[in-house]
Amino acid sequence: MDDFRDRRAAGNGPPAGLVDGDGSGERLAELFAFLRRRITGDYEVDEFGFDPELNDRVLLEALRPLYRHWFRTETLGLENVPADAGALIVANHSGTLPVDALMLQVAVNDELGRPLRLLGAHLVYQLPVLGHLARKSGHTLACPEDADRLLRKGEVVGVFPEGFKGIGKPFSERYRLQRFGRGGFVASAIRAGVPIVPCAIVGAEEIYPKIGDLPSLARLLGLPYLPITPLFPWLGPLGLVPLPSKWLIEFGEPVRTDAYDPEEADDPAVVFDLTDHVRETMQRRLDALRLRRGAAFPPI
Amino acid sequence: MTRTVLVTGVRGHIGARVAAALAGDPEIDRVIGVDTAPPPAPRGRGGEQDGPVPGRTEFVHVALRGPDLARVIRDADVDTVVHLSLVSGSGRGDRRADGTGGGRSAMKEHNVIGTMQLLAACQRSATVRRVVVRSTTAVYGSSPHAPAVFTEDTEPAEVARHGYARDATEVETYVRGFARRRPDVTTTTLRFANLMGPGVDSPLTRYFSQPVLPTVLGFDPRLQFVHEDDAVEVLCRTAGADHPGVFNVAGDGVLLLSQCARRTGRPVVPLPSPAFRLAGGLARGARLVDFSPEQLTLMSHGRAVDTARITAELGWRPKYGTAAAFDDFLRSRAVPGGAGHLPLAAVDWLADLLTKR
Repeated sequence: MDDFRDRRAAGNGPPAGLVDGDGSGERLAELFAFLRRRITGDYEVDEFGFDPELNDRVLLEALRPLYRHWFRTETLGLENVPADAGALIVANHSGTLPVDALMLQVAVNDELGRPLRLLGAHLVYQLPVLGHLARKSGHTLACPEDADRLLRKGEVVGVFPEGFKGIGKPFSERYRLQRFGRGGFVASAIRAGVPIVPCAIVGAEEIYPKIGDLPSLARLLGLPYLPITPLFPWLGPLGLVPLPSKWLIEFGEPVRTDAYDPEEADDPAVVFDLTDHVRETMQRRLDALRLRRGAAFPPI
Repeated sequence: MTRTVLVTGVRGHIGARVAAALAGDPEIDRVIGVDTAPPPAPRGRGGEQDGPVPGRTEFVHVALRGPDLARVIRDADVDTVVHLSLVSGSGRGDRRADGTGGGRSAMKEHNVIGTMQLLAACQRSATVRRVVVRSTTAVYGSSPHAPAVFTEDTEPAEVARHGYARDATEVETYVRGFARRRPDVTTTTLRFANLMGPGVDSPLTRYFSQPVLPTVLGFDPRLQFVHEDDAVEVLCRTAGADHPGVFNVAGDGVLLLSQCARRTGRPVVPLPSPAFRLAGGLARGARLVDFSPEQLTLMSHGRAVDTARITAELGWRPKYGTAAAFDDFLRSRAVPGGAGHLPLAAVDWLADLLTKR
């Protein structure tokens, strides 16, 4: 018993499984060790505020049923993401609420075994609760300093260059890539010499079909848009339940940037060319993947 | 060559420790400690470290304005100036007697005008070769629009408008001006993260010493600490050799405020930010805890800095990481840690109950 207690006090040691032989005792002891670490603050977060333990055991755990059972997500091209080096995943953004970001995070974390570090909008980090949950989940503000730092550390960084233009577009424009910001993500990839992995996400467009907008109310609330969907706001909170569309996430062939000189990150022509190239690739893959999926709501 | 070091702010804990450490350095012949008031009588607890300027340090009482400082520097042929008198808060009981206790304007006068006077004296001196200035990472501010980790070259997202951070920003501006005018003098600016340790008395250590910790609802800032031993070490090293430039100094790693609170074992009361602001104001008014506006933004958005530059420059890493520095502080304050930690006791009880059988 003393041994058990010592190990728990040590905190980060292997789970104390020596109480009894069978698995349930081990799991229980491990759970208590986990609780003890959480209560005493004896765990580590990185300089961005990423809390791997909380992320894997609590935050992602809450998303996994949605990923597996609700959206029946399938992934393709996992081999295109480097196993242990830095990479920049560039994905299309859609769905009114950033559910695609969360599902991409589950996909990279569970299928590739690597945490995904997303670059998020300023709005996210201004909001209470959300901003700090995002940090604990490994994400940070979309700014060149943070992107460069994460890529230099060899992390898998994710970015949605369409931003609000992509996620807030009406249902009628689904699967049509919007303009990509200023190509800052390409410059970061060139500076770090990491590959850009174009990623197509099919399925998110149908979860909250945005058929209308309330711009003046949105402005009043300081939001980029306030959507009307077939269910929202008519059904109140029930309207927030995403429609169970079928999802496919494909990681495309990486676009290498190591042939460029890091100095060329400051050359707008190079950056624009590469941005266009990535965008065209993504649109092509997106169209093909949409065909491959077929109906958004296959008959049950 | 004889070496004479002038240390300002020797009434403060760090100032006293740096002066003592330099006085113990055989390569330094003379240490002159200055402050606007004489050092306090030795306090009972805390031992020698906490006492007045010990040993070979000569104390000189100078007025903020006037020719005192310039005269001291000239007469003693001072070659190194270590400027540590930047104060972070007003309202400490034992500080009210001197120029730093009279509220915000006195604090500003002390910080900014004091620095101007000192640099003016250094500029006219023919002997000063090296100037080391203590600054703070508060100059970066705390903002949701700023990068997660500040390097020395990061521009603050929002210019500091309040208190300590603003003073430090102004002080750094004067130091840059001085460095421009006297390129032959080696100027080192050290931006320290929040100090932690047994002897540190700062708004943040006083915050963590409260029985209940108010936090801002929905925010969990990243905090970074530097242990007082490491701060003294860095100051002595930069006073002893040429290390020109601006450097961040912080312990490795970060702690979230929630983590700190859990480590203290004290209950947390999350307040919506206006209520937190109000509580901070009331506590300030009652002189319980000094919570300036920039502390409030720190408690919302946090701050972390990159320390690669100082590590490369000195070939040295802080002995204490952020977490180790905080734990050392907790140990010295005999904060429960285990006893009196109700949720922990509950988990242990349940664990014993369910896993024993």
